Amino acid sequence: MTALIEVKNLVKKFGKVAAVNDISFSIEPGICFGLLGPNGAGKTTTIEVIEDVIPPTSGKILYKGQPRTASFRDEVGIQFQDTALLNFLTIRETLETFQGLYRNTAGIEELAELCQLSEFLDQYNDKISGGQRRRFLLALALINQPQMLFLDEPSTGLDPQARRNLWNLIHNIKTEGKTLILTTHYMEEAQYLCDDIAIMDYGQIIARGTPQDLIKRYGQQVTVILPKNHFQPSAQQFSLPYREVKDTVEIMTDNVNACLDQLLSYNIDLSEISVRSPNLETVFLNLTGRKLRE
Amino acid sequence: MSFRRFWSILKARNLEFFRDRSAFGWNFLFPFLIVAGFGIIFGGKTYTEYKIGVFPHSPVSVRVDRINIPDQFRKARYLKFIGIPTATEGINKLKHHKIDFLLKIGNPPYAYWVSDASPKGYVVEQMFKASLISPELDTQAQKKEIQGSSIRYIDWLFPGILAMNMMFSALWGVGYVVVRYRKNGALKRLKVTPLNAFEYLTAQAISRIFLLMFTLLVVWTGCDLIFKFTVEGSYLDLFVVFLLGSLSLTALGLILASRGTSEEFTTGILNFISWPMMFLSEVWFSLEGAPQWVQKAAQIFPLTHMLKAVRRIMHDGVGLMDVGVEITILSLMTLTFLVIGASLFSWNK
Repeated sequence: MTALIEVKNLVKKFGKVAAVNDISFSIEPGICFGLLGPNGAGKTTTIEVIEDVIPPTSGKILYKGQPRTASFRDEVGIQFQDTALLNFLTIRETLETFQGLYRNTAGIEELAELCQLSEFLDQYNDKISGGQRRRFLLALALINQPQMLFLDEPSTGLDPQARRNLWNLIHNIKTEGKTLILTTHYMEEAQYLCDDIAIMDYGQIIARGTPQDLIKRYGQQVTVILPKNHFQPSAQQFSLPYREVKDTVEIMTDNVNACLDQLLSYNIDLSEISVRSPNLETVFLNLTGRKLRE
Repeated sequence: MSFRRFWSILKARNLEFFRDRSAFGWNFLFPFLIVAGFGIIFGGKTYTEYKIGVFPHSPVSVRVDRINIPDQFRKARYLKFIGIPTATEGINKLKHHKIDFLLKIGNPPYAYWVSDASPKGYVVEQMFKASLISPELDTQAQKKEIQGSSIRYIDWLFPGILAMNMMFSALWGVGYVVVRYRKNGALKRLKVTPLNAFEYLTAQAISRIFLLMFTLLVVWTGCDLIFKFTVEGSYLDLFVVFLLGSLSLTALGLILASRGTSEEFTTGILNFISWPMMFLSEVWFSLEGAPQWVQKAAQIFPLTHMLKAVRRIMHDGVGLMDVGVEITILSLMTLTFLVIGASLFSWNK
């Protein structure tokens, strides 16, 4: 199958700083591709070069195997993390304005229903809640019935209910066969929505695969958690690596059974034990480190 | 160029402006208030008035027929007599240029005071001295009056106020607004649509020109009902020159809009351009007699040429052919500004 997007040896420099340093990857049609990375990793720059918002320093971007032409903007939908719009327009009028900018467009009512905006269509676009605004920006990105949709941190700043609601909405859009390109800080979001993930750091892709692949490769260890006052053996006696976190002790292991056997051999009370499986967050932290990035 | 895309942005921009009640209202109110204010202050008189302090006199309004001064001086026009109780107070006012001339009321020989630093004082002094000569002896000059109606100051000022309002509205309404949109990311959102820079800028410019001409019509009609302006030439010619002027000023606004990302810096640039343009384009006063370099510098501003053409049509009754030079200059300026603005334009910060 021909890749929908191919990024070849992309470099983007700002002055002497290389925000994106010679990366290459391709995105298959119909999937949700996630680009993850800590702040300053280069993911937004990468996405903005693909979106044709900023030019690359070097490298190629191919869309359907060809360099992007004017029709690219007609065929893709873009939701920026946050964006200002024309003032003093209602949601309906803003959607109508954007409708006028594209050739093939979706109906306003249909979009409003899909994005749960029907009740707010006649409200001014700056007089809506955070969740409504995210759904409205999503509707704007869908106004041209795009084949490919860019979503830049779509759920940042939303409460858990609004976030779940947005995920369901994006999931429904994905089932229509559209290709989604997503950047996010929420690992749970990436795990829920993405089929293929690239993790970026310092301008380069440091890992690539499905969420399950990445967890298998980079997040093998299970964490066994016990209250600190139940854990009596000294470090010399206990062979597995562990660390103290507040009132608990976290033991990292590849073999839960062996770990439990060892704990039982010390007559440790396991009534308050909990076991945490590795997830995408474990992978992310293992790959990019636990130090705060500015 | 897609008309559909252009129309969508034009419609949205117009809705945005007409719904912003405060900005919309101010655009009409500001020129009207200035014209009305000047109308009230000057009441149709010329603003050149000489203030004569007379003492000893109570500081109430002076009945000129009841004070003892030379008859010819009493009858002179454009003199305003102000009562002052003592010589000390009068000299103090003269020193601070609150009056132009101080005269002691009484029988000849008269005593008067005048400041060497005051040109107006010198003129009044000459008038006063002339009034002491008997009219029978004054046979050296013969008076010839100009024919036709005179131009009131308010008639002269009115097109200047309208043009100044156009200038501020064009520069700020395009330059500042687009910079704000660039800064807050609205332009970035539009950039990723098929809309191109030419369509966007044309929509911005046409929207502003429509607004400028609409404001012009409303304010002109409103002010004319009160002040009854005299227009010697054709209203259509006036409309054409105003339209061309607004095009030129809006195109200048597009240059300012093309790159800026800081509202504060743009405000500075806008002030840097608009203030000299306002003072040197003869909005408020004529540059007649100003140094040559000042008069030449004024030629770089579109407002100068627009006002020159408008005043000639309005006051001298000339046609478009007679203001061909101004029309050509305005057209060339518009073209130059548009080319520069379009080639410099950037969507991004």
